[in-house]
Amino acid sequence: MRFNKKATGVEQQLTTVETAKKLGLLPEEFEKIKNILGRTPNFTELSIFSVMWSEHCSYKNSIVWLKTLPKKSARMLAEAGEENAGLVDIGGGLACSFKIESHNHPSAIEPYQGAATGVGGINRDIFTMGARPIAQLNSLRFGNIQNDKTKRLLKGVVKGIGDYGNAFGIPTVGGELYFDECYNVNPLVNAFSAGIVEVGKTASAIAEGVGNPVFIVGSATGKDGIHGATFASEDITEASAEKLPSVQVGDPFQEKLLLEATLEVLESGCVVGMQDMGAAGITCSTSEMSAKGESGMEVWLDKVPTRQKDMVPFEILLSESQERMLIVVHKGQEDKIKAICDKWDLYCAQIGEVTDTKRLKYYMHGELVADVPAEDLVLGGGAPVYHREYREPAYFKEAQQFSIDQVTEPKGLEEYRKIAEFLASHPNICSRRWVYHQYDSMVGTATMTTNRPSDAAIVKVKGSDKAISITVDCNSRYVNANPEEGCAIAVAEAARNIVCSGGEPVAITNCLNFGNPYVPEVYWQFVGAIKGMKKACEKFETPVTGGNVSFYNQSSDEGPVFPTPTIGMLGILENKELATTLAFQNAGDLIYLVGAAQNDINSSEYLYSYHGVKLSPSPAFDLETEYQVQDATKHLIREKLVQSVHDISDGGLYIALLESAMPQNLGFDIQTDSTFRKDAYLFGESQSRIVISVAPAQQAAFESALKGQNTAFTLLGTVTTGECRIDNEAFQNTVEIKKLYDTALEKLMN
Amino acid sequence: MKFTAEIDIMPRPELLDPQGKAVMLGLEHLGLNQVADVRIGKHIRLNLEAENEQAAQEKVEQACKKLLANLIMESYTFELTPA
Amino acid sequence: MKFGVVIFPGSNCDQDVIQVLERVSNKPVARLWHKDHDLQSCDFIVLPGGFSYGDYLRSGAIARFSPIMQEVIGHANKGGYVMGICNGFQILTEAGLLPGALLRNTEQKFICRNVHIRPETTDLLPTRRLEKGKAYQVPIAHGEGRFYADADTLQRIKDQDQVMFRYCNSHAAIAPDTNCNGSIESIAGISNEGRNVFGMMPHPERAADPDLGNMDGLLIFESLLEAVPA
Repeated sequence: MRFNKKATGVEQQLTTVETAKKLGLLPEEFEKIKNILGRTPNFTELSIFSVMWSEHCSYKNSIVWLKTLPKKSARMLAEAGEENAGLVDIGGGLACSFKIESHNHPSAIEPYQGAATGVGGINRDIFTMGARPIAQLNSLRFGNIQNDKTKRLLKGVVKGIGDYGNAFGIPTVGGELYFDECYNVNPLVNAFSAGIVEVGKTASAIAEGVGNPVFIVGSATGKDGIHGATFASEDITEASAEKLPSVQVGDPFQEKLLLEATLEVLESGCVVGMQDMGAAGITCSTSEMSAKGESGMEVWLDKVPTRQKDMVPFEILLSESQERMLIVVHKGQEDKIKAICDKWDLYCAQIGEVTDTKRLKYYMHGELVADVPAEDLVLGGGAPVYHREYREPAYFKEAQQFSIDQVTEPKGLEEYRKIAEFLASHPNICSRRWVYHQYDSMVGTATMTTNRPSDAAIVKVKGSDKAISITVDCNSRYVNANPEEGCAIAVAEAARNIVCSGGEPVAITNCLNFGNPYVPEVYWQFVGAIKGMKKACEKFETPVTGGNVSFYNQSSDEGPVFPTPTIGMLGILENKELATTLAFQNAGDLIYLVGAAQNDINSSEYLYSYHGVKLSPSPAFDLETEYQVQDATKHLIREKLVQSVHDISDGGLYIALLESAMPQNLGFDIQTDSTFRKDAYLFGESQSRIVISVAPAQQAAFESALKGQNTAFTLLGTVTTGECRIDNEAFQNTVEIKKLYDTALEKLMN
Repeated sequence: MKFTAEIDIMPRPELLDPQGKAVMLGLEHLGLNQVADVRIGKHIRLNLEAENEQAAQEKVEQACKKLLANLIMESYTFELTPA
Repeated sequence: MKFGVVIFPGSNCDQDVIQVLERVSNKPVARLWHKDHDLQSCDFIVLPGGFSYGDYLRSGAIARFSPIMQEVIGHANKGGYVMGICNGFQILTEAGLLPGALLRNTEQKFICRNVHIRPETTDLLPTRRLEKGKAYQVPIAHGEGRFYADADTLQRIKDQDQVMFRYCNSHAAIAPDTNCNGSIESIAGISNEGRNVFGMMPHPERAADPDLGNMDGLLIFESLLEAVPA
């Protein structure tokens, strides 16, 4: 191999292990690269390996465990890892593509652009599949809300998500938001998108057919985000904030044009394969598409439209400029893609062609600047795979020591009222309207949960009778208390939310946010979470369609964040008429608790925040019971025996009742059960419980339908016109507590 | 002493400026093809009091660094004149 | 009556409004591409919501110069019907077809939520089938929707009965906290002097489908059918 040094200067110099370390590679990885190439790589080549072998692209520290997760079901059209996003058959000739992805580190540095480009990236993953996005969710975690830094980050992230998603024109229909000290330095920003495509009209991320031209479409390539992929794999320190240019700027207008153009290009029939450009830019898409097609590619970097003059090869290869797409077209059909891009005012340039060499040869002005085998760069090919050591942390045993008896039971109405108000206005429980009013949740005129709120967001699939139901869930406090149980609960809660909305859970996507995988105690959390996810996904028959892993969510000062395996779940409503609201409908309706109460306050917001007990086991949970409760609920909804259905989660039964009462300004009058501690009954977060309201005329039918199911249930009381009564005592008035609940977050933010 | 600071805040040259790009497209549609590049920033005028010019300079620097410009995304320049 | 909807780059409510118009009129709706000069002999032109050209400089400022807008302006000046919703309203004010301007919301934030509006006159085509004194729940979704006009302009708008909608509460009463974006005199929608060009910030197309649980906006589209084609 001979390279001409004069054209490209310093970067063509041969590299040393020191360069490799600076690029985030291990010495043994440098050796492996030398073996693959049979020589010492030049800087451009080493940069290529460093980004492709970063955690972000290669999953080198997680893939061993990810492979244990269930991937198959009859509905699965593209399994995890095969394409840019999962693809699920929803019947009637339609498929849903959906995925969740993190943008934690970029958001920690520049919250507005970090979150905005996260939204852009996840939507590109969906339309790269040929699917038109129809709904988005996000899952956000921040530090103590009293900190100015948290407020600044939250404002920036929410504005970034809003400005990007609103202009792009896909509704943001739901999400979650949590605050905990553990996220003080490192917030989590996870974005989810779902899209619909006709079966058979999807695109694949593949390059094949010798001589087929390779096009780059969308924005020009600039120096932004270079080494972003490597950056994502390092601990955040004050110094990394200085490492520039690491931020990327999002342009939702360009993304909207790219969406329309991409779908039109696909419709024209000229596309062989396509992939968007995310982490590791041109490098990642050219290598992954080539590896998938078992082909090679010749790429002429000087043909790439650039935003700045004098960009050198490694900058062009690694740039993470947003809103770009790599498209391989059938030879002879170049005019089609050019005409469509011209219509949408997008850059469109042929930058290379497909070869059969299985190598990626990158040229600059005719000079070969890098020559690497495609297969060796990618996950499942030559990228390293590591088994990491793991060890149970000391805190785990300590947490198991907790008993409810260590907490004195509250006495009297006044203290109960105080707790109720504390929880209703707690930042982890109160209304999120300060956030979601900044998101366009209705564009597309398909959001069914705007006027009829539900446990999961329901979006109708136009042109069919169906709707999809989507949710993101993870109570990371539970996962921290017990990774295996906590993660199983996250899956169960997602499924419960889907079921309560009237849907059938079908598949999940995951966003695995953890600390440094080289710390055995952190890796133990990761392994436990995967085990819990596996057993719950198997039980609910919701295979994992993909997602992403985000390690290094910690700072050197404050330790790791809570292990946060966010679950994004897709459900299907075969008929949109099954859509079920969480809101009480009429005073006089009966309120039932489906599922059994427990004498349990473990890891509840009540225990954690009101009593300040930071360590306790995860809440009571049994997978089989959960399954039965959900099955019974599905049956009741299908039989049209319910007025409202709402699951019990954060804040316990009391908060669930309140959330059902508030939308229509109704109330409730219920009796607790003296065999349980009243605080556990009202505020405990034991799982597998659902609040259902029933019209009096249907009481007999409802009870007899439930008796056929293997599930406990209790008649709690009735819906009132606005007063909240517990055990014959006037507790609160819905209108007053609603004011507290609605305004708590905005008071903290303003 | 009273001073006036005329501050210009611009997106950093290596970063994409979507606003400038869109305006450039608009200008092209108007037939103004001679425009080679558009970048859009903010102009801020600050009236302040300081003991001397150097103190004023420092105050404006602080204002720019801490609040007015996001140094990750933007750069700033300013001119200080006695009011 | 033939409807046409203009599609600008960055429009994102175009399909939503096309679907409602096709359902209401039972006829295909023409898609009018921003680069074209052909209004396809439409009688009624709708400028949909969205972020035309990214809305980066000022909302609507760039769209107003697009080729199709030259035809829309000509159509309006000849008395043809034009209606702008949200971004469409912003474009119409930038184009000078409607008086006033739409400024950043008082809160300085994008707001998307249900609000109530009440028709101030039924002597405009879009409000013909609505009831005065009644509140209609129609969602808003905008960052720059605060209607503003100088005192003289505002007086003229009021004198000539051009105020189409005002923000109000669910009982059709106007109070400071019902003015969701800080518009002058709570104005949510207006017409031009000729009563053939209309603009409103709220999105009636988002309240016109029983599946979504709100049908208050449908009446506005049904009212449009009362027009006698030119």
